[in-house]
Amino acid sequence: MSYQIPKFRHPELPKNELGYTKADYEGSISTLCAGCGHDSISGAIVKACHELSLEPHKIAKLSGIGCSSKTPTYFLGKSHGFNSVHGRMPSVATGAAMSNRDLLYLGVSGDGDTASIGMGQFAHVIRRNLNMVYIVMNNGCYGLTKGQDSATADEGSTSKKGDPNPFNAIDLCGMALQLGATFVARSFSGDKGQLVPLIKAAMTHRGFALIDVVSPCVTFNNNAASTKSYEFVREHAEATGTVDFVPMHQEITTSYRAGSTHEVTMHDGSVIRLYKESDELDPFDRRSAMMALMEHEHDGTILTGLIYMDKNSRDLHEVLQTSQRPLNQLAEPDLCPGNKMLVNINASLR
Amino acid sequence: MKRLESVNDFVIKFANVNGTGSASANNLFAKALFRMGLPVSPKNIFPSNIQGLPTWYEVRVSEKGYLGRRGGVDIMLSVNPQSMPQDIKEVESGGYFIYDNTKPLDLRLVRNDVNIIGLPLTRICNEKYKDPRQRQLFKNVIYVGALAALLDIDFKVLTNLVADQFKGKEKLVLPNIHALELGHQYARDNFECPMGIRVRTADNVGDKILLDGNTALGLGAIYGGATVAAWYPITPSTSVVDAFDKYAKRVRIDPGTGRRNYAIVQAEDELAAIGMVIGASWNGARAFTATSGPGLSLMSEFLGLAYFAEIPTVLFDVQRAGPSTGMPTRTQQSDVLSAAYASHGDTKQVLLFPSTPKECFDFGALSFDLAERLQTPIILLTDLDLGMNDNMSEPLEWDDDRKYDRGKVLSAEDLDKIDRYGRYLDVDGDAIGYRTYPGTHPHQGAFFTRGSSRDEYAVYTEKGEEYEKNMLRLLQKWDSIKNYVPRPEIFPCGKKTDMAVLYYGTSEESSREAVDRLAEEGIMLDSMRVRSFPFNEEVQDFIDQHDRVFVIEQNRDAQLRTLLMAEFEFGPDKLKSVLCFDGTPISARNIRKQILGLLPGNNVTPLHRKKAAGGMGEQA
Repeated sequence: MSYQIPKFRHPELPKNELGYTKADYEGSISTLCAGCGHDSISGAIVKACHELSLEPHKIAKLSGIGCSSKTPTYFLGKSHGFNSVHGRMPSVATGAAMSNRDLLYLGVSGDGDTASIGMGQFAHVIRRNLNMVYIVMNNGCYGLTKGQDSATADEGSTSKKGDPNPFNAIDLCGMALQLGATFVARSFSGDKGQLVPLIKAAMTHRGFALIDVVSPCVTFNNNAASTKSYEFVREHAEATGTVDFVPMHQEITTSYRAGSTHEVTMHDGSVIRLYKESDELDPFDRRSAMMALMEHEHDGTILTGLIYMDKNSRDLHEVLQTSQRPLNQLAEPDLCPGNKMLVNINASLR
Repeated sequence: MKRLESVNDFVIKFANVNGTGSASANNLFAKALFRMGLPVSPKNIFPSNIQGLPTWYEVRVSEKGYLGRRGGVDIMLSVNPQSMPQDIKEVESGGYFIYDNTKPLDLRLVRNDVNIIGLPLTRICNEKYKDPRQRQLFKNVIYVGALAALLDIDFKVLTNLVADQFKGKEKLVLPNIHALELGHQYARDNFECPMGIRVRTADNVGDKILLDGNTALGLGAIYGGATVAAWYPITPSTSVVDAFDKYAKRVRIDPGTGRRNYAIVQAEDELAAIGMVIGASWNGARAFTATSGPGLSLMSEFLGLAYFAEIPTVLFDVQRAGPSTGMPTRTQQSDVLSAAYASHGDTKQVLLFPSTPKECFDFGALSFDLAERLQTPIILLTDLDLGMNDNMSEPLEWDDDRKYDRGKVLSAEDLDKIDRYGRYLDVDGDAIGYRTYPGTHPHQGAFFTRGSSRDEYAVYTEKGEEYEKNMLRLLQKWDSIKNYVPRPEIFPCGKKTDMAVLYYGTSEESSREAVDRLAEEGIMLDSMRVRSFPFNEEVQDFIDQHDRVFVIEQNRDAQLRTLLMAEFEFGPDKLKSVLCFDGTPISARNIRKQILGLLPGNNVTPLHRKKAAGGMGEQA
């Protein structure tokens, strides 16, 4: 069931450059469990899109199956949405993106949807560097079927009703790095301050942008022995640094300590500023990113923030050299060679 | 010894080793006869292997224009010792066995009722060529030259063909012609030429062309306006996308920017391929995939989504022998049922059955119009025989005034006039709603596409009555679809009869021939070629008009018959099956023989029993 959010809003809600308030980016009311981490992520998506002044109808939101994949109903109600089949959102997103390069593709998936049934498609959409944002709402369990361990559950972690998980966890960020992802970040649903700028940066990145968001399942996996609980993640998260997103026409006003900030100018002129806590990670160096991930895993901590970004990313449209005009706007004169060519082809076949 | 004699009417089979360059030489042979005005139907019978295993190339020559497999072999050209024992057995009594006699024929294989002709191909090559690759390649060309003498093929036609074939690589022309001459000379010097079976220039092909169905499908996708192709390589469908790629590179490059007006994505598997097609179509591009049986199985879940969420989807299935890996390089029509009801839950899928390359082209292009008009998957079922063999076909043509039917899609202006848009509202009473593409309008027309139940406004619901209403609307749409899909072709025999044959796809040519043969024996049969599913009314009427209908198909389980019985509730006595599923195209002799066995009262003495029994010489 989906319910409409009451229409009433504070009359002085701040408007963005398009004159839209945050309410213009909201969706139906969530039917997830109260306190679900996923709802915070939906909120972060709404905030990021509003602050970026994106036109809602120029965003396509896609998902697979599972609790996470239900969330696109709960944000961006003016955008087209596509709730596809389990684990197959990347292929639908690929086709959609091939059809119209001008939209922003926002994929939402879960840990089951991505790390198990959808592992193949996840790997290959990364390899192709499809221009999309891919958010994993990662809670380490299957919520809709009542709490089975997923492939991202840490070894030894115990969900509410289960035994300790006997298997190794798949680290989606590590995997994405290995597969050549051009934007890899991890965050926590309970840290909007970090998540919102990461989403903005991911949306501005041209290429595949993964944000693996640890998002506790309050019903089945928020107990003391779980490594995906609010408490555990709060205690063990270590941020790579602070990410600040500056739209292209805004002046940079925040000041940072000299020598520890990086600025990356994106293709649309906006700037991503990175403030680093330490020198252990160079987010523009894939090897450094992998090392940092492995070390944090070894130490039992969760590395969050921007982990890697390729400033020279070439997305699938560039690789395939597709027309700048969206393919779905081409018509007969662009597409159909006409009978004359058939006459020649026929002649060559006699 | 008996010697088969015929002019312009025979079956020749080449037994080669695959990977030795025989394909182009054999092709040269078939094309030469075609250029002499003779209807030919060449068929490759090849292993699932790249190099070293036996491969055959069978050419039926029929001045009367029968293009199906006849059955039996009149001339065997054998250059593969591996398959020689089997090959010589296949020759009709009085037929010809032509082989490379550099190594003498094993005496145990000799048949006294077959004319044996030895050509020292290896010896000639070893004498004339030093390079081992040349020795191998020219061996094939030399036997074509020898055949030209033995069968009296117009040598000029051959040399012109070689010149055409190597246009742009002129330095290859003379060596090839020389090789042809070597064979020609040897045959003339050593044998009576022409032999009993021979050809003569005729004028029986009109403006027809020789083309494989997969290339025609690829062209159909180009002309039909496809911009996104997503696929996973699988025999025998691969050449569909190859052809699309080839022609797209020619005609779909933007002259100003050099960029491509198409995208081809080789997917990680068939699940992803169909997902990409669905995503692209949802977003307003014309998209397709090409696959074969195993791929169709993998696509099944997504096909249910496309059916239920009503997303145009075009799928070309080039069928091969299943189940499982089956015989991947052999032909069958065995995906009919799995395609028709593809996916879990109550699903019915639209099927198209082309019979010729021209129809592959036409139906290929039509698929996109139908998919968008009907907002559902269109599964075009062809097969290896049609897809990978050169088939004689009507020439391809396109009406330059034709506009694509993009179906019901609302523009921003349309949306401005609407109070509340409902994706699944049946506004026009044909059970087909209006689509909107993402990004069309800032605040109207957005909806959520999903495989879960929803109401007419695409809002998620688990109310039983809403779900049921939607499923019934889809059934009503199914009825509308009958008015759009290609109608059957009906060929009355011209005499009153209560019996008929029904066939589809590549069973056509052999069925037509079998019907003619049976008519000569006094057994009159009306014919119908079914071209689509859902079955149009004509299909039902035709069956109703006959007491007994022989349903001819190339699978074990009589899949189309099952479909007919399921959709129309015909009794099992009415529809009788004529089947072939050994992986080779069904032959006319086989069909005739099976129909004779199924005639009513065939346990008593039928009118033509005696004559019929005498005429059977079929190894089915």
